Amino acid sequence: MKIARVTGSTISTIKNPRIMETKLLVCRETDRYGKKDIGSSYVAIDLVDSGVGDLVLTCHGSAARQTPITKETPTDAVIMAVLDHLEVDGEITFRK
Amino acid sequence: MLIAKVIGTTVSTIKEPTLEGRKLLILRQTDVDGVPVGKPYVAVDTLDAGIGDLVLTAHGSSGRQTDITKNRPVDAVIMAVIDHLSVLGEVTYKKY
Repeated sequence: MKIARVTGSTISTIKNPRIMETKLLVCRETDRYGKKDIGSSYVAIDLVDSGVGDLVLTCHGSAARQTPITKETPTDAVIMAVLDHLEVDGEITFRK
Repeated sequence: MLIAKVIGTTVSTIKEPTLEGRKLLILRQTDVDGVPVGKPYVAVDTLDAGIGDLVLTAHGSSGRQTDITKNRPVDAVIMAVIDHLSVLGEVTYKKY
């Protein structure tokens, strides 16, 4: 799983019928403190009603298809948790 | 899922029989503004995307979760054509 920040949303009319009613959000991985963006952006299916600005956890690969919504869909990334706070090295580095 | 731009097509006469009739497009991953990053790759098109379109691609075993790519030697599939991309409150891409 990756710690990521939701940075945007996508709208798509033409898509695979199996993912017709899903929300696709643009995410960017952050460092372990939830502060600095690292890596490039990717898109994940939102399962937990998160929004732009939220720090979330995303699950990748076949693990992303282990939920009723994404089962047998062409999905390789899902948002499966919204982070309320992050504690690293005994310090709270992020609080929603 | 990755945001990518369709940059070309491939034509192949000799290919695995289960891939016959499938459209293989050349794509390049882009950032959220549609600027290409990284190396080009090829994905099976299930949605009639065309050159210049911004699309979403699913990778690995997720690429085999569509009716067209099930049980076939495929590791990347186009599963959505992006109409609209909005990042940090700003529209960064609009198809129409």
